[in-house]
Amino acid sequence: MTYIPHTDADREAMLKVIGVDSLAELFDAVPAEHRFPALGLPEGMSEMEVAWELGGLANSNVAAHHFAIFLGAGAYNHFIPSVVNHVLLRGEFYTAYTPYQPELSQGTLQAIYEYQSMMCALTGMEAANASHYDGATSLAEAVTVARVHYRGKRTKVILSPSVNPEYRAVARTYHQGSDMKFVGDKGNATIPDLIDMLDEDTALLVVSYPNFFGQIDELGGLAQAVHEAGALLCMVVDPIALGLFKTPGELGADIVVGEGQPLGIPLSFGGPYLGFFATNQTLVRKIAGRIVGETIDKNGRRAFVMTLRPREQDIRREKATSNICTNQGLMALAACVYMSVMGKTGLRKVAELCYHKAHYAAEQINKLDGFSVDTSKPFFKEFVVTCPKPVAELNDVLLDHWGIIGGYDLSQHYPDRANQMLLAVTEMNTKDEIDTLAEALSQHDTPHHHDHAH
Amino acid sequence: MGDWKTPENAKYTKNDEWILVEGNTAKIGITDYAQDQLSDLVFVDMPETGTMLEKGDTFATVESVKAASDVYTPAGGEIVAVNEALEDNPELINSDPFGEGWIIQIKLGNPDDLDGLLSAAAYAKFCDERDA
Amino acid sequence: MTDETTTTTNGAPPPLEPLIYDLSSPGRTGAILPDPDVPEATLPDSLLRDRLDLPEVSEIDVVRHFLRLSRFNYSIDQGFYPLGSCTMKYNPKLNEDMARLPGFAQVHPLQDPSTNQGALALMHELQNWLAAISGMAGVSLQPAAGAQGEFAGILMIRAYHLANGDPGRNVIIVPDSAHGTNPATTAMAGLKVVEVPSDANGDVDLDKLREVCGDTIAGMMITVPNTLGVFERNIEAIIETIHGCGGLMYMDGANMNAMMGIARPGDLGFDVMHYNLHKTFSTPHGGGGPGSGPVAVGEKLLPFLPGPVVSVVDEGSEDEPPLYGLTMPEKSIGRLKAFYGNFGMLVRAFAYIAIHGAAGLKDVTQHAVLNANYIRARLKGTYPMPIDRICGHEFVCQGHFGADEKAGESGTESHEIHALDIAKRLMDYGFHPPTNYFPLIVPEALLIEPTETESKESCDAFVEAMLAIAKEAGENADLLHNAPLTTPVGRVDEVRAAKQLVLCCKPDIADVPSVDVPSVDVPPVVEPPAADLPTPDDSSLPAKQAEPDEGPEPKS
Repeated sequence: MTYIPHTDADREAMLKVIGVDSLAELFDAVPAEHRFPALGLPEGMSEMEVAWELGGLANSNVAAHHFAIFLGAGAYNHFIPSVVNHVLLRGEFYTAYTPYQPELSQGTLQAIYEYQSMMCALTGMEAANASHYDGATSLAEAVTVARVHYRGKRTKVILSPSVNPEYRAVARTYHQGSDMKFVGDKGNATIPDLIDMLDEDTALLVVSYPNFFGQIDELGGLAQAVHEAGALLCMVVDPIALGLFKTPGELGADIVVGEGQPLGIPLSFGGPYLGFFATNQTLVRKIAGRIVGETIDKNGRRAFVMTLRPREQDIRREKATSNICTNQGLMALAACVYMSVMGKTGLRKVAELCYHKAHYAAEQINKLDGFSVDTSKPFFKEFVVTCPKPVAELNDVLLDHWGIIGGYDLSQHYPDRANQMLLAVTEMNTKDEIDTLAEALSQHDTPHHHDHAH
Repeated sequence: MGDWKTPENAKYTKNDEWILVEGNTAKIGITDYAQDQLSDLVFVDMPETGTMLEKGDTFATVESVKAASDVYTPAGGEIVAVNEALEDNPELINSDPFGEGWIIQIKLGNPDDLDGLLSAAAYAKFCDERDA
Repeated sequence: MTDETTTTTNGAPPPLEPLIYDLSSPGRTGAILPDPDVPEATLPDSLLRDRLDLPEVSEIDVVRHFLRLSRFNYSIDQGFYPLGSCTMKYNPKLNEDMARLPGFAQVHPLQDPSTNQGALALMHELQNWLAAISGMAGVSLQPAAGAQGEFAGILMIRAYHLANGDPGRNVIIVPDSAHGTNPATTAMAGLKVVEVPSDANGDVDLDKLREVCGDTIAGMMITVPNTLGVFERNIEAIIETIHGCGGLMYMDGANMNAMMGIARPGDLGFDVMHYNLHKTFSTPHGGGGPGSGPVAVGEKLLPFLPGPVVSVVDEGSEDEPPLYGLTMPEKSIGRLKAFYGNFGMLVRAFAYIAIHGAAGLKDVTQHAVLNANYIRARLKGTYPMPIDRICGHEFVCQGHFGADEKAGESGTESHEIHALDIAKRLMDYGFHPPTNYFPLIVPEALLIEPTETESKESCDAFVEAMLAIAKEAGENADLLHNAPLTTPVGRVDEVRAAKQLVLCCKPDIADVPSVDVPSVDVPPVVEPPAADLPTPDDSSLPAKQAEPDEGPEPKS
C-alpha cells in the first residue's frame, strides 16, 4: 500500500490503544453528511505505471536537450555542472525542513550563509537574504522594503519600461491593496526620462541591468539623482552578466534583485527558480525573508542561525511586512554549489562565452537582408532583431524545419515592437547552431524540409 | 512573584511604558517588568526628533531574538531627543530601564494626558497580578 | 561586517567545517568550460568589473565540502521528524526522478504552447485533481508557496467585494490559534485583522464571532482541522455565520493531510483555500523551500483566480487530443510570480496523487490520523493534553514540569522544565523535536505530527523517548537544561547573532592562503535509535546556561 508501512496487526493494536474500533471512528467530529466523499480521481497506479505516464508526457514536450534554443526573456539555458544536481540529491539537504533548530541544521545554515556571502560578492552589496520565490517576487518585496523604509510617507515607484514585464506585473499584484503607485513604464521612457519623474513622493526607482532587451544602459549619475531626491535605487540584474560587468554596488544601487535561475537551476517550465535579494547594511532590518547570521554555540564553536527573526510573520503577525515563510532553500543551495564550482574564473568565462557568442550571432544576423540588430547600446547575451515578418511566423519555420526554438516575440508586451524578436545566446549555443539560425532566417521565405534537430 | 523596580517618581501605563516629567519635558521608556518579559534586547527601532506624537501613538519598536514589541507614548508632544546610545547598546534597556535605557524625551503637549496614568504602586500591583 | 570569520577565540573548538572561501586557492577552479568557438568580440573595458570574489576550489573540494555539510543536518531520510503543522512525510524517490526528466526540466516556459503540451496537460490534470480533492470549482497552480496561496486567496476576496461595489468590507476575521501567516497575509492585502478567541474546547467561540460580524466583514480565515489538531465542531455554524453577514470563508489548507477523502472544503461551504504541496503531497521541504501553494476556489471566485491558468483551448476529437493553453481569468487578481508556478513541484505532486488514487489518499489521511491518535493515547497521563479528545493528524501537549518546585526553592537552581528543554533533549535521543511554542494560545506547547509514513515501531520509539525524558525531568533537570549534548553544535547564542549581524563573510577572505581541512572530531547528527534506546552520555555536564524561551515555529 503505497508508502504506508502499517500491517493489519499494527492497525489493530494501535486502534486498541486509542480505544476505538475502526479507522472510520476517528472521524466522528466531521459532519456526517459530508463525511467520506467520493473524490473522482483515477485509480492508484504502480510506480512503473506512473513513471511510464509521466515519461510519456515529458517526451511530448519540445525540450532544449533535443533542440537549439535561442529563447531567454527571463529564463535561460545555461550549463549546469553535474556536481550541482548530485549535491541537491543528498536526502540530508532536500528532505530537511527550514533550519529552525540550529543544532540539527548546521549544514543548511552554513550553505545559506555561504550563498549570502557569494551573492554579496557578486552584486557588490553588503547583505543578502536566503532568497525569495523568484526574480519577480524579489522586485515586489523591494517595493515593500521601500514602503517600510519611508514609513508609508513616500508612495511612488518609478519603473523603467525595460524591466521584465512580468516582474512589473507581479509588483502591481502584490501592491494592489497598498497605497503604492507605479509610474514610468507605460511608454518608452529612457533613463533621463525616469530621472525627471523623481520627486519628494518617490520611494523607489527601478531599472534593469542589463535591461529586458539585453542592453547595458548608461547608468552614470542615476544613483546620485535618485539619492538627491531622497529615494532608493533598485536594480534588477542578470547574475551571469555580473560575472563580467560592474557591480550594482559600484553603480550605487540600494537594493539589488534578480532571477537566480541561471546559476545552476534548470529551466523546468518556469519554476522552481530563485529570487535573490541584496541590500546595503542600512536596509537589512527591513528585508523580508530568512537571513542567516554567524554566531557561536555555548562551547564557543562557530555556528550559524537564522537571525533578525522578529521581522517575520510568525512573531510579528499582522505587523510583519511580508507573509513569506519559505525561501527557495534548495535552489539557493544549487546556486551556492554552482558559484563554488564555477568560482572566480569560471563565472567570468561563462559570461565571456555568452558575450562572444551573442555578438557573433548578432553580427551574422545583422548581415541578412531584411533583418537588423539594435546595436545602439552595448549588450550582453540578448539582443533585439527587427525582422521582415511577424516573429511568430518565423518561429514556426525555425521549429518545424530547422529544429530551432526561436526568440521571444516582443510585440506580446510591447505593441509598438511588432516584428521584433529578442534572441538569447548562451555558452550552450554552438557556432554551428548560430550559423544554422542565420541560415534559417536568411531562407525564411523558402523553407527547407531537412529537419535539423540535433 | 516578581521583583521589578517601579520608581515612585514615574507614571506608568498598562502597556508597560513609564513617563518621568521634568518641567515641561518628559522622558519615556519601557519598564523593568517589560524588559524582563522581553529578555535580551537586540535592537530598538527609534523615531526621529521633531516627530509630533499624540497620546497612545506608537513611537518605537523594541526587539529581542524572539519577540518584537511596539512602544506607545503615555503622553502627546514633540520628540525633542532620542537616546542615541540605544543604537549600539540596546541592552541598556535591560540593565537600566529607568535611567540609561530611556528611549525618547518629549516636550509635553497637553498636561491632561498624564491624568489616568498609573502610580508606581498601582503599576507594581498590576505586574504582580499578571505574573500570578 | 567583521573580518574575524575564520578565527576563533582562544580555546574555542574549531569550526565544524571551514567556509568554502577558506578552502580557496588562487588559480584553482572546478569549472571545465570550452574556449569560444566563435571569433572573440571586443569587451567594453569601461563597463567591466575589476574583481569577482568567488571561491577558487576544485570539483572534489566542492563535493567534499557539501557532503560534510549535509552530515550536520537532520532530515526525513534519516529519521522521525514529528514537526507539527509541517507534515514531514517521506518524500518518494520516484518524484525526484520524474521532475528531472529532460522533457520537463529542459522546457523553456515561454515556448509556444504547441511545444509543451505534455507540461500543460500535466498541469491541467493536476488542477482537476486538486479541485476534486477539495470539492472546489477551479484551481490556479501559480502560488509559489502556501503563504503566497493565502495572499492570492485574500486578494481574491478583496477583489470580489470591490467588484460587487462593496469597498467597505475590509476586515478579515482570524482565530487566535491561527498561523502567523494569516494576519500577515491580511495586512499585506491592505485589510484589517480582527481576532476571535477559542473556547476551552479548542473551537472558535461562536458568540464572540457573532459579536464581530457585520457589514465590514470581508471574510474569515480558518485552519481545518485547527492548529490545535482538532476538527472544528462548529464548522458549519461558523461558515453560516460568516456567509450570513456577507463574508467569504477562507480555509488554510496546511492541515489537508487530515482531510483527504474525509471531507471536502467545498462541500463544507468554503469559498477559497490553498494547498501546501510540500506538506500534503510529499514534495520535499528542501531545507526551507521551494514550496508550492495552489489555490482552489468555488464558483464565486473563479473569475478572480491568479493567472495564467491552464485551459482547454480546443476540445480535440477522437483522433486529436485536446489542445491546452495558458489563459488569464476574466477578472484575475493578476500574476503572483513570473511564469506559471513551481512546475517541478507540480510534477512531484502529480506523481504522488497518481500513485495513490482516491482510495490511496484516503488511506494516507486515515493512517496519519491513526498515528497521531496512537501517540496521543500513549503520552496521555504523562504529558498534559489541553484538548482531550480524538485529534486529527496532529495534537498538542504541554511540555512543562517542575513548576511547583520553583516557587518552593527560591534562590536555588530551578528544576523547572520547559517545552524548549524537552525539544532539545529529544535531539539526544535521535529525533527531530516537535514544533514548540505554537499554537500561541497553549502555554509550553509541543505540537506533534507523526505523518502516515511512520511505522508503529517509529511511533513507539518516539513515545519511549518522550516518556524517558519526562522521567529525566523529575530526576535530573540539568540534563534537560543542557541538552542537546550529542549534536554537532550545542545551543547557539542567538542574541550575539542578532546584535553583531555577521550576514556574510568578507569577500577578500579569498585572498588568504588555503587552510588544511581539519578532520573535525564532531559527530554528524545522531542516528535515530534502534528498538532499544541508547542512554545518551550524561557525564561531564557543562554549567547550566540561561536560555531565552524559544519563539513559536511558523509553518512553511
